Amino acid sequence: MLAALIVPVLARFRHELGYIIALAGVGLSSVASIWALAYVLDNGTMRYNLGGWAPPIGIEYVVDLIAAFVAVIVTSVASLVIIGTRRWADREAGDRLGSFYSLVMLLITGLVGMIVTGDLFNLFVFLEISSLAGYALIFLGGGRAMLAGFRYLILGSVGGSLYMLGVGFLYFSTGTLNMGETKEILTDEATARSVQAGAAFIFVGLGLKMALVPMHLWLPDAYTFAPSSVNTLIAPIMTKVGAYAMIRMFLSVFPDGYLKDIVPIADALLVLGLTGIIVGSVAAMSQKDIRRMLAYSSISQLAVIAVGLGLGTPLGLVAALLHIMNHAVMKSALFMAIASVRFTSGITQVADFAGTGRRMPFTMGAFTLGALAMVGIPPASGFFSKWYAVQAGIESNQWVVVFVVLASSLLTAVYLFRILESAYLHPLKPEPSHGDQHASGFGKTDLDMPAEVQIREAPLDMTIPTVLLGLATVVLGVFNAVIVINILEPGIV
Amino acid sequence: MIDEIAARFPYWASGLLIAIGLYGMIGKRSLVKKLIGMNIFQSAIILFFIAGSLRHGATLPILLRKDGHIIEPIAPELYVNPLPHVLMLTAIVVSVAITGVALAFLVRIYREYEDLDEESLLKKVRQ
Repeated sequence: MLAALIVPVLARFRHELGYIIALAGVGLSSVASIWALAYVLDNGTMRYNLGGWAPPIGIEYVVDLIAAFVAVIVTSVASLVIIGTRRWADREAGDRLGSFYSLVMLLITGLVGMIVTGDLFNLFVFLEISSLAGYALIFLGGGRAMLAGFRYLILGSVGGSLYMLGVGFLYFSTGTLNMGETKEILTDEATARSVQAGAAFIFVGLGLKMALVPMHLWLPDAYTFAPSSVNTLIAPIMTKVGAYAMIRMFLSVFPDGYLKDIVPIADALLVLGLTGIIVGSVAAMSQKDIRRMLAYSSISQLAVIAVGLGLGTPLGLVAALLHIMNHAVMKSALFMAIASVRFTSGITQVADFAGTGRRMPFTMGAFTLGALAMVGIPPASGFFSKWYAVQAGIESNQWVVVFVVLASSLLTAVYLFRILESAYLHPLKPEPSHGDQHASGFGKTDLDMPAEVQIREAPLDMTIPTVLLGLATVVLGVFNAVIVINILEPGIV
Repeated sequence: MIDEIAARFPYWASGLLIAIGLYGMIGKRSLVKKLIGMNIFQSAIILFFIAGSLRHGATLPILLRKDGHIIEPIAPELYVNPLPHVLMLTAIVVSVAITGVALAFLVRIYREYEDLDEESLLKKVRQ
């Protein structure tokens, strides 16, 4: 059954033919995962035994509602982004376009694999596949991206190894690697020290991957200096899948309430999440480079997901999952928009955005929609996930959560409206003060900018996906009730 | 105390190696040494898995047959659990891949800046 989803994913390992095959692969798996979501809605959870071995022995792939939901988000956003960044990829990867796209494919394969797998060790393997592809893609940026990529590699590998260590503890206490079976065994005998240690290691490992606050140091540099075609792809989806893996631990590996009552991981998530919201937003306010600003804002938005998860109530989980979707869509809209702006004009500094609103109405319109969604203005999608988080906070009497989530909206407004203000209200500057050469100077990615900088609308195949993503934030906001009632609420019970 | 350490020697050893690896990654300035630290760290975890599956006096997990009949009794306590070893093979492959990618990164960085010391590298990059 699931083969339809898995085959295109696995078959994409060998592709070297570039854009068309990459797009076909991602598009196909996007269609397949939408189909899988429809199937799961009708018939319940899908299971597929890899290699024909029955679950406790063999590796099992499980697609339940939530997995299908996240898979749809990841593959759809990825296909739009691949269409939109094609020109960037041409410019940045040059003659290595083939290997560029096969890395992209590996990245998405790893992410989709992480989503559908029902096996703890298999999750580790996919985690490393996607991370390795991610390191290499970031490294393509040259210059400071190389250092950022190396740092990310060290930290990411430590995260992966810690996760593996945690899985080892679990395995030696339960004797199984299957997620469902682990949960059953742990329900019977839950309080062993080694299981608690395992839970802690897994938490730290995945926390590194999802850039939870004290472990977020790799993220800003990696996002800022990565090539535009890469950070547009990585920023919306990669950390989201780390967060999804964390949710999976709560839902299907550890028994209900285990991570809250016996090991205080939920509390740790809550505290770190709340800190992360503040730290990320405040750091974002003081950034001059817009990509760095969005990277810090990613940290604070991921922290919202962590807070939802840390509350540990069903409503909190709904908030976390909904925010995964919303953040993927709005962050990709924002990154696409600034990639388009940079494509035609080379602008990366916040101060240089003056006047772009009038010259690039569609792109900046999409940016505005994404920004409104980030802040949480009602019809746009970000409002609803924050609303659920606030409600969950009230429900469990965590007034700090209410306060911080609301404050984060304000802070987000401060740093994003800075850009909107300069884009729409300020007159066009004669010449940007810092060109792109300043920010990503070395190696093969040196961009040959036109001598006189022109600010105009980006090519259509960049603008259309950007606008689509921008509109999607509103559409998903309007229809969020449908998603929550039909997919998320049945999914987490 | 010493008996306890001796009885669980492999676990203490892997704990120690993890600590050494972490020190290498945090305390050393050279990027190559950081990479070596990371390798030590990963090996320590592999050692942990292998030590966990150790069982004295057990044999290979192979069914011995004679004339189509299984001659060995199939009692699980007589066999070493093969699964951790298989997992660690995978983990070793993963860590080799990571090391390979990291070394390739280092070669590129060195060609660009002729330097692998983190602090002076940061200075050069910022210029």
